[in-house]
Amino acid sequence: MSTNNQHMMSYGRLASILIILIILTGVTVGVSYFDMGVYNVPIALGIASFKVSLVLLFFMHLKYESKAITISFISTICFLAIMISFTFFDIAFR
Amino acid sequence: MKSSSDFIGIRMGMWLFLYSEIILFGGLFVLYAAYFHAYPEDFVVGGKQLDRVIGAVNTLILLLSSFTVAASITAVRLKSKKTALGLIAFSFFCGIIFLINKYFEWSAKIHHDIYPNSETLVNGPPGQNIFFGLYYVITGLHGLHVIIGMTLLAISFALVAANKVHANRFAMLENSGLYWHLVDLIWIFVFPLFYLVL
Repeated sequence: MSTNNQHMMSYGRLASILIILIILTGVTVGVSYFDMGVYNVPIALGIASFKVSLVLLFFMHLKYESKAITISFISTICFLAIMISFTFFDIAFR
Repeated sequence: MKSSSDFIGIRMGMWLFLYSEIILFGGLFVLYAAYFHAYPEDFVVGGKQLDRVIGAVNTLILLLSSFTVAASITAVRLKSKKTALGLIAFSFFCGIIFLINKYFEWSAKIHHDIYPNSETLVNGPPGQNIFFGLYYVITGLHGLHVIIGMTLLAISFALVAANKVHANRFAMLENSGLYWHLVDLIWIFVFPLFYLVL
């Protein structure tokens, strides 16, 4: 019953996540030099969301967290989604 | 048994606080999105004036420091105190370099008469005024979070050095790490929104 039964990330695992994150940063900067019209923002935000998911799952070890933290985190993101979408229902159809 | 359940409770408390931070910055991003919708051209012109090289360098600095903070927790748990201290100190210095870059970036902008209520912005197109207003508020608030994160890292460094944080009791370091990762998360969104809008 010591605290050590908590999941531990190895150096190698963390380093490989870092390398993926650095590559994705390169991709997002590279892609930004091409004008793809309406797709500019969705692509940039898509890559950003993927990077954020990696940081959350592995650096912040959300993947190995207890249910209480996982569910409350997802609820927060749902609330954020409601906040964003309802604001846009307003401004997009004004 | 008791220490085990406490441990989860401590982390839970930190996460609850992080949710409030997510909503805080989420609100600012909604504001950004709403004005981007209203003034897309002005936002693009504004974004082109920001140096994406400095932005990219700062992104890499934060990602690297996030890695070293996460690795320092592993080091503490593997009982290699020296490695842990080195990694925490490195993360702290990454924070300093980030703030130095931010200082040069902001002073260049202020030098070009781009700051809240400056002549150029007040008499220029309204969208650009809003873009730079949001730029100063969001990067400023983020910079404040970097300073708070560095303070937490410094406290954790002292606690690891004093053997108060060790393989069986590392919640303080872990929570400081969570905060530092949050600072990184926010920057991952700030970077494309401000520096890469075309």
